[in-house]
Amino acid sequence: MLTPDLGVLKSEAAAAISSAAAGCSSSFVVGISTAAASEPASVPPNQVFALDLVNPGTQKWTYKPDPVPAAQGVACCDVVNRGGTYYDGKIIFNTLDGQTLAVDAKSGKLVWRTTLGNIHQGETLTMAPLVVRGKVLVGDSGGEFGVRGWLTALDASTGKQVWRAYNTGPDTDVLIGAGFKPYYQQDRGKDLGVSSWPPGRWQTGGGTVWGFISYDPELDLIYYGTANPGPWNPDLRPGDNKWTCGIFARRPETGEAVWFYQTSPHDLYDHDGINESVLVDLPVEGKMRKLLLHPGRNGYVYVMDRQSGQVLSATPFAPINSSKGVDLVSGKLIPNEEKKPVSGRTIRDICPAAPGAKDWQPTAFSPQTNLLYIPHQNLCEDIEALEASYIEGTPYVGANVRYYIAPGFPGGSVDAFDPIQKKKVWTVNEKLPVWSGALATGGGLVFYGTMDGYFKAVDARTGKALWQFKTGSGIISQPTTFKGPDGNQYVAVLDGIGGWPGSVVVNQLDTRDQTAGNGWGAAMRELEHVTRPGSTLYVFALPPGAKP
Amino acid sequence: MSPWQVLLVGWLAGTSTAPDPRHPQRTLRVCADPNNLPFSNSRGEGFENRIAELLAADLHLGLEYTWWAQRRGFVRRTLNAKTCDVIMGLPADMDIAATTRPYYRSAYVFVSRSDRNLRLRSLDDARLKSLRVGVQLVGDDGANTPPAHALAQRGLVDNVRGFPVVRDFREANPLRNIVDAVGRGEVDVAVVWGPLAGYFAQRGAVPLRISPVEVTSDEHWPMAFDIAVAVRKDEPLFRDRLNDALDRNRQAIERILDTYGVPRLTGRLAP
Repeated sequence: MLTPDLGVLKSEAAAAISSAAAGCSSSFVVGISTAAASEPASVPPNQVFALDLVNPGTQKWTYKPDPVPAAQGVACCDVVNRGGTYYDGKIIFNTLDGQTLAVDAKSGKLVWRTTLGNIHQGETLTMAPLVVRGKVLVGDSGGEFGVRGWLTALDASTGKQVWRAYNTGPDTDVLIGAGFKPYYQQDRGKDLGVSSWPPGRWQTGGGTVWGFISYDPELDLIYYGTANPGPWNPDLRPGDNKWTCGIFARRPETGEAVWFYQTSPHDLYDHDGINESVLVDLPVEGKMRKLLLHPGRNGYVYVMDRQSGQVLSATPFAPINSSKGVDLVSGKLIPNEEKKPVSGRTIRDICPAAPGAKDWQPTAFSPQTNLLYIPHQNLCEDIEALEASYIEGTPYVGANVRYYIAPGFPGGSVDAFDPIQKKKVWTVNEKLPVWSGALATGGGLVFYGTMDGYFKAVDARTGKALWQFKTGSGIISQPTTFKGPDGNQYVAVLDGIGGWPGSVVVNQLDTRDQTAGNGWGAAMRELEHVTRPGSTLYVFALPPGAKP
Repeated sequence: MSPWQVLLVGWLAGTSTAPDPRHPQRTLRVCADPNNLPFSNSRGEGFENRIAELLAADLHLGLEYTWWAQRRGFVRRTLNAKTCDVIMGLPADMDIAATTRPYYRSAYVFVSRSDRNLRLRSLDDARLKSLRVGVQLVGDDGANTPPAHALAQRGLVDNVRGFPVVRDFREANPLRNIVDAVGRGEVDVAVVWGPLAGYFAQRGAVPLRISPVEVTSDEHWPMAFDIAVAVRKDEPLFRDRLNDALDRNRQAIERILDTYGVPRLTGRLAP
């Protein structure tokens, strides 16, 4: 067990993954091998490496799926992958070109592969699958290209499709039936996935699933968030645009929807609902409740009853002016008309910016402190005049978007949030957005990485800095911890700058252009001076003599 | 004619387009979409292919293609990643690359069946409220085609059908579906980028009529665009050579654009 008084951690092993990789995945540990999926920008992405924990730093096998290179031409925001999973002797992961693969964990040999997404139409797979009751759950990416979002279940032993639930369209496609009991009035009715759109627009309406899925075995429900509606321009899609930007609860066996809650109806700002749902049981007003904690891209930590879908509280954790709060009676987000984007008009100081108050980076919950540790960014944006661009031989124009760090705030923060008291207990500030996940350990530590390449441990109760290690590149991955074959606890993290904000470094974008990388140019100007591309897996152990 | 005269003529022609010593090159390296007629395809059948051949011949260079779907990041991952030196057609005011003088100016056009005799000229035409209207959609962040923005701003949404430009890349001519939808009567009128509309309207099963979308003074969405050859920003000398080659081949380029039915607006090309 790692404890706050550990002194210093020592770097146990470092394995080079690639010279130009964006490490956006979580490494994970199976038996005596650890595997890390990586996603280089210049070499074929989606390779999986199995490293030997008995002989630190040596590779047991590498699996190269060789995805279609066109995938790199269509992926939205960087060539990313959010990790794989282990089930029944297999490493199961997605590739950018729309495939789900199962590879034998011991040998690295392919067991099955299933093509789910149509890369030729801009549909990619970037999320980490989850296996529940023998079913591999996979969702698509590519809302920027007018694809239709879905969650699909595959048989974990064969890769055959069991069910698919779309997130737009008629109830039969969305797998909404008699068992669908949403908590709020606005989510009840027939075929809302059709009628909340202009005619037919749901067919290209987005609502993809590129975040994480959670499972409650007791209630037998899975929970996941849906992404933004397409196209981004809200004038083209009047209506609530269901079932985008919200949270679904479904039965894993059949995919049947049980409830839905929409965090951002008729999304105006790319405030996807894909952020993870953390499932915890805590006392609320003296009574134990089955809760779902959802730190949203729109800037609120939602504390919900995960049986019913009722919102118990929604508390800001970053600067927000795009909305004025959440009405706890109706469940509706209260919009701020002043910040509503109008095509062709400049609107300044919209917070949070499009990447939200928190993007993909997973939070961590500690049952010792009952605190939720939220790594996130504090960004605002200006949406400015017209700029001509061109795809598929078609000129188009749009908003020139510029992100910047919210005035008076640090670029990034790690917050310890008390979901019952609805307040922050402590905050650690960072200069740049914190784009890595957080990890809470039983020893009372919280680990996270920074984009300028520090892997840090702080005290889970106080936020006090205890330890840090300089990595070669920036960290945008998810740290993990495991017990090694020698019985000792280790902590691992993959570095490798990349992702949406890191694209200014990986793609060598010109940060004098403030709109480079979809608006990240201005906010990330400093990044190119403080880190460089590349990817290495670092494994840390307790120093000899430290108390276990 | 003596052999000397031939040699002399050849030498003189060579001086006018001699490779810049600081920019030694033997081939014109072009990045192009392998399946995007009428602009380009991997069989060299697009008008951008034809114009590239013209420029390469004029500059005494071989011609070499790097094929990449013209989707998001195209300029960044091709021209600016130096996998080629030229993109044959980009809007002349794009900030991401340097461009030559524009070699044509086209506009978004109305496409309708000739037998409907609609003769639409403006997006303010009241008939657009009751017609079924097709429009090209770009799924990109906050951006869209100017007619998609302009129709939405006029509240024209329910009767408007979007045709995403990102389609299954393996189909032949993936972008012609919006023009075909007019021919089949699935929509009454479509608003389509001129070169695409002109080319496929010529090849439709039924006669189609095209006319440019006229812009009123209070319209802030541009409907017409100057199109130019793009090079990297730090290669002004190469751009100048291409400008000269474009000038020398102006008439031949016009003939190619005519052959492909590219509707052009005249007299407003940027200097």
